[in-house]
Amino acid sequence: MSVTIETLEAMERPPVSMGSRLEGELLEVSMGPQHPSTHGVFRMNVALEGEIVRKLKPVFGYLHRNHEKIGENASYLGSMPYTDRLDYFCSMTNNWAYALSVEKLAGIEVPERAEYLRVILAELTRLQNHASLLGFLLNDMGAWGTPLMYAFREREKILDLFESLSGSRMMCDYMRFGGCRVDASPEWLAHAKKIVDRFPRFVDELEQLIVGNEVVIARTQNVGNVSPELAVSAGITGPMLRACGVNYDVRKVDGYGFYPRFKFRIPLGEHGDTYDRLMMRVLEMGESVGILKQAFEQVPTGPIINPKVKIRAFRPPVGEAYGRIEAPKGELGFYLISDGGTNPYRYRVRPPSFINLTILEDMCLGHTVADVMVILGSIDIVMGEVDR
Amino acid sequence: MIGSGILKGMAVTARNFVGSYFDKERLITVQYPEERDPLPENYRNFPFLVYDGDDSQAGLRCVACKICEKECPPQCIYIVKSENKKPDYMGKPQFYPKIFDIDISVCMSCQICVEVCPFEAIKMDKDFELSRRERFDALLMRKDDLAKSNDYYRRISPTDAAGVDAKLAAAAEAAAKKKAAAPAAAKPATTATSPVSARASS
Repeated sequence: MSVTIETLEAMERPPVSMGSRLEGELLEVSMGPQHPSTHGVFRMNVALEGEIVRKLKPVFGYLHRNHEKIGENASYLGSMPYTDRLDYFCSMTNNWAYALSVEKLAGIEVPERAEYLRVILAELTRLQNHASLLGFLLNDMGAWGTPLMYAFREREKILDLFESLSGSRMMCDYMRFGGCRVDASPEWLAHAKKIVDRFPRFVDELEQLIVGNEVVIARTQNVGNVSPELAVSAGITGPMLRACGVNYDVRKVDGYGFYPRFKFRIPLGEHGDTYDRLMMRVLEMGESVGILKQAFEQVPTGPIINPKVKIRAFRPPVGEAYGRIEAPKGELGFYLISDGGTNPYRYRVRPPSFINLTILEDMCLGHTVADVMVILGSIDIVMGEVDR
Repeated sequence: MIGSGILKGMAVTARNFVGSYFDKERLITVQYPEERDPLPENYRNFPFLVYDGDDSQAGLRCVACKICEKECPPQCIYIVKSENKKPDYMGKPQFYPKIFDIDISVCMSCQICVEVCPFEAIKMDKDFELSRRERFDALLMRKDDLAKSNDYYRRISPTDAAGVDAKLAAAAEAAAKKKAAAPAAAKPATTATSPVSARASS
């Protein structure tokens, strides 16, 4: 399956084999793994005709760390800090997805305050992830530094919140089975509320900076189109799927946590091109601010962790569970099989950015090399999660 | 009009540039190491061992139970238990770690050792300027490097330390009461002003 771009008549050429040598006019280039815009160590073998991409083969695995096998040999709690290192931008949501699947496996209830704190932290994660993604995307388009630094300035405020709550900016290791590790003080909540209240100012600024910008429009509109059929059949999730106009958000579909208690809308795109994916992030930040404002009003007092859950020698009953959440990048799931021991028999991660990356070739064919960078940036990948 | 979007964007950039001179929200750069932001109280870096009293080796709370060694996800703790018991600073015979090493080049600061420790013996430090010139074992922390006093712990994380002190004082008081209930009780528990005196009296 490939997306056809009618404007490029050269697309009618017969497909070529992906040799390791020059074939006709095709030039094979290995982009990466140290290319600055591949967001880590990711390699693409591209066959070029002039500047147009005719073939693209992604090569993964440079950052493989044996995450799943380590998870099968570590205790259930011992895997929790490793999940921080999957998608190191969003460790809070990774923690939540893992905690959710273990809670499903062992049938653990979570206190109300902990659920609210989880929603607050997950939405803060979404804000900082989308903000930094937009910064990186503009960086890839050639707006060197400036929008990225604006985004990082806002992200740093949220990371400071994480640090004062969990003790670490990025490797939070905050969630525990049946709740959270540290309680949020009223001062922390007030400070977080202040930062969230000011966040729309930044979103507006960013919108002014990019939305009407002619260069951004020229670089993103009608670039890297994905049809809804392709997106659904390839298992794409998250903002990338919604940019194609498919209304699917695990927060609404599954209603995990306390999301059914919040009023929010799911922004949908129409064309599935890079511009829509970019706008999806801007709009989702607005909705996240809305959720956070409701959460700050509703958050109750009470315990933050279920006291019945043992820290040591935690043995869930025999069975299997798949817990999934809407991480900022898409559906993040953990599939666990328990044989009644202290470590899982099988530990499997469904990483959103890896699966979103699988249609990279379909998105890039017929575009220029410079567009490949923009398309790759708009997928929102983190190699820590792709390679695991 | 073509170009108006770029001009709008330029206006944002100009606003940020000029604003950075007046608005603290827009200029958040901290000139480390001359300037430093205060660390949050929950900040954690690498573990250390707490000792009570003055002797950094005799006063170690650690009894070499090896729970942290077992639970540590990256397996960075290495403990060898002593064969004999020796009196700790308050005269109670206890096992002690003959060797207690933490390789902080492997440690990932996950705090699980702190959570599983039943003796409040291992806590998270806040010292982050740890770069070394040597390549290999300079980051392998031995027992002597790891031992830090309870006063230090109180200084770096006052809220947590107060909670731990109260918990230990309560435990010491309960133990003293039990001892006082027994006929051979030498002296009743004194009022626990500090956990050290409370533990010493038990």
